[in-house]
Amino acid sequence: MSVMAFFFIFVFSVALAFLWREGVLEAPWLQEGEIAAYHGNGGRPPNAAKTALFIFLGVALCLFSLLCAAFFMRMGSYDWQSPPLPRILWFNTAALVASSGALHRASAAAKEASPQRMKIALWAGAVASLLFFFGQLWAWRQMIAEGFYASGNPANAFFFLLTGAHALHLLGGLVALFRTIARAALEKPGKSLAATVELCAIYWHFLLAIWLLLLALLVGWADNLGVICRRLLT
Amino acid sequence: MHGMIMVVYMLTAIFLGGFGNYLIPLMIGARDMVFPFVNMLSYWVYLLATLVLAASYFVPGGPTGAGWTLYPPQAILTGTPGHEWGIILMLSSLILFIIGFTMGGLNYVVTVLQARTRGMTLMRMPLTVWGIFTAAVMALLAFPGLFVACVMLLLDRTLGTSFFVPAIVEMGERRDYSGGSPILFQHLFWFFGHPEVYIVALPAFGMVSDLISVHARKNIFGYRMMVWAILAIGVLSMVVWGHHMYVSGMDPLFGFFFAVTTLAIAVPTAMKVYNWVVTLWRADIHFTTPMLFALGFLVTFVNGGITGLYLGNVIVDVPLSATLFVVAHFHMVMGIAPVLVIFGAIYHWFPKITGRMMDERLGKIHFWITFLGAYAIFFPMHYLGLLGVPRRFYDMNDATFVPHSAVGLNIFMTTMALFVGLSQLIFFYNVFKSLRHGASAGGNPWRAASLEWQTPETPPGHGNWGKRLPVVYRWPYGYNIPGAPDDFVPQNAPLQKGEHAT
Repeated sequence: MSVMAFFFIFVFSVALAFLWREGVLEAPWLQEGEIAAYHGNGGRPPNAAKTALFIFLGVALCLFSLLCAAFFMRMGSYDWQSPPLPRILWFNTAALVASSGALHRASAAAKEASPQRMKIALWAGAVASLLFFFGQLWAWRQMIAEGFYASGNPANAFFFLLTGAHALHLLGGLVALFRTIARAALEKPGKSLAATVELCAIYWHFLLAIWLLLLALLVGWADNLGVICRRLLT
Repeated sequence: MHGMIMVVYMLTAIFLGGFGNYLIPLMIGARDMVFPFVNMLSYWVYLLATLVLAASYFVPGGPTGAGWTLYPPQAILTGTPGHEWGIILMLSSLILFIIGFTMGGLNYVVTVLQARTRGMTLMRMPLTVWGIFTAAVMALLAFPGLFVACVMLLLDRTLGTSFFVPAIVEMGERRDYSGGSPILFQHLFWFFGHPEVYIVALPAFGMVSDLISVHARKNIFGYRMMVWAILAIGVLSMVVWGHHMYVSGMDPLFGFFFAVTTLAIAVPTAMKVYNWVVTLWRADIHFTTPMLFALGFLVTFVNGGITGLYLGNVIVDVPLSATLFVVAHFHMVMGIAPVLVIFGAIYHWFPKITGRMMDERLGKIHFWITFLGAYAIFFPMHYLGLLGVPRRFYDMNDATFVPHSAVGLNIFMTTMALFVGLSQLIFFYNVFKSLRHGASAGGNPWRAASLEWQTPETPPGHGNWGKRLPVVYRWPYGYNIPGAPDDFVPQNAPLQKGEHAT
């Protein structure tokens, strides 16, 4: 659970910095008359969807940190045997990097108001994400075909749990992405569409970062970190 | 079932789902929550979760008997009632609840961050909104712990993975589990479980601050300190979960860390209590029903908080942890105290919700029965706990270490519990009668300054504020300001000529 300490230090620093900026030290009984309700962003309220996305990313990060913490704690027991990872994971990783990059391009294109390039990039991102998703399914099939069942070993179980949790987040993102693609086809390009595309791009960067983290766990690059975390606890 | 329903499906849902949805937009001057559709979805998912939970009464084997902590391995093994279906439904219901709550929680947080009206800075929000806001943030960060625990336990139960269940012999038969760590479950569960206490308490703190201020006709003492205390409690309560696990064989140093953080929470909490008391000092106290409930909360919370200091110490907790002392502490601080606030808040905001007052005389009868009755039930429990009466037993047989007088006390507590439970019918009678026949309330019967009482219509119409959103010129505690025409100044009253800051 020491992983959670890092998570909290990060989240609480962001939250306190925000509250500081919003004037949590002011004395409201001394302020009279109308004053600006929002301190940042030129006095305007922040964008609702973007705020919601960042808070959701915080929640998702908390979920994955907890899974990491559970992984490290369980890893220390005598029966842990890491399975050989399906090779297709490397291809999947490349696909996710590609889709994240494509959506980044799409967001940039939306800001430059070049709708054609944006649409192509959005589609490229969606296709690459689908490739990643089916690749992950393939990896599951391969694990099962080779007899590494979830009930066989906790390491197998964590493989399915972590990849499954990540894939579900990707599926949710894909729903939003396809809605964005539909909007891009029907609507005139404008600021609101560009904002939506930007949200998709942010979410995909997050998915990529989480996936790289999970991959590090599954491959075993983070084993030493796990040992340190467990030492801190016992 | 009792614990889980009360803590998660009742307290969390009422404070954040019920009061949060009603009060946040009114108090910050918004027309609605930021994402109404997600909000509606959150409600329906919550309803589905409760239905799934209720369905567990009708499956073979009945509902789970694993208590609200659902500790593996016992929760999923033979011998615990409901280990076939009840536990599966319980875990699925919790997973649904958390998904629904995350949608709702995002809404509360974003609404407070984004939809405040002109002039409404964060520091001009009533403490109720601060409490609900902080609690929603905490819940968003704490519920994933329960989510992970539920998913993994469900996999242990259905797929036979060994996340939590060690190698075990069930009814003389060796099961396929091996090497799982029940302690891991406890960590994940209490990572959620302790913040949950404050997720319930912080909105209650906020509402009590507002109730005391309005009915004592005085600004809340130390508003800034109250806000900081709420934030400090929010931060600290995320790192104290280990104090529920002192007896699980953890490292003494680790226990020491958790004891320190646990006792440190007493500092901001005590600050809040002092500020409430100082607010009452030389105030023009009106002993209305909401005020009585708020004062009842104050006493009960201090009472439960002090026994919390006992239990926060490892060395005191170890002998007491399996006795009724813990049950008494927990029900004082998290059962009675928040429920008193819920009642007080309903009596207080009922006029705004329906446009009619509730009956004061019935309300006072209800308060005295509930308040004194709750003490009659839970106060003797402390003594039973100190005698060593263990919790979780319904029959003690001939336990010789407990004196016989404990039986009499138990009978007394049970009788009182039935009586207090039945007398809650007075409250429901009052609600339904006042709905139709209550005295007309007008827009602002308590002469309160905060924004929700200044709506153009009562009950608030669609969109809350008519054509124009209100503009906020001052903080929500403008009571008894020298030189003001009335003894309260609404938040949206423009500055008068020559007015100075108070």
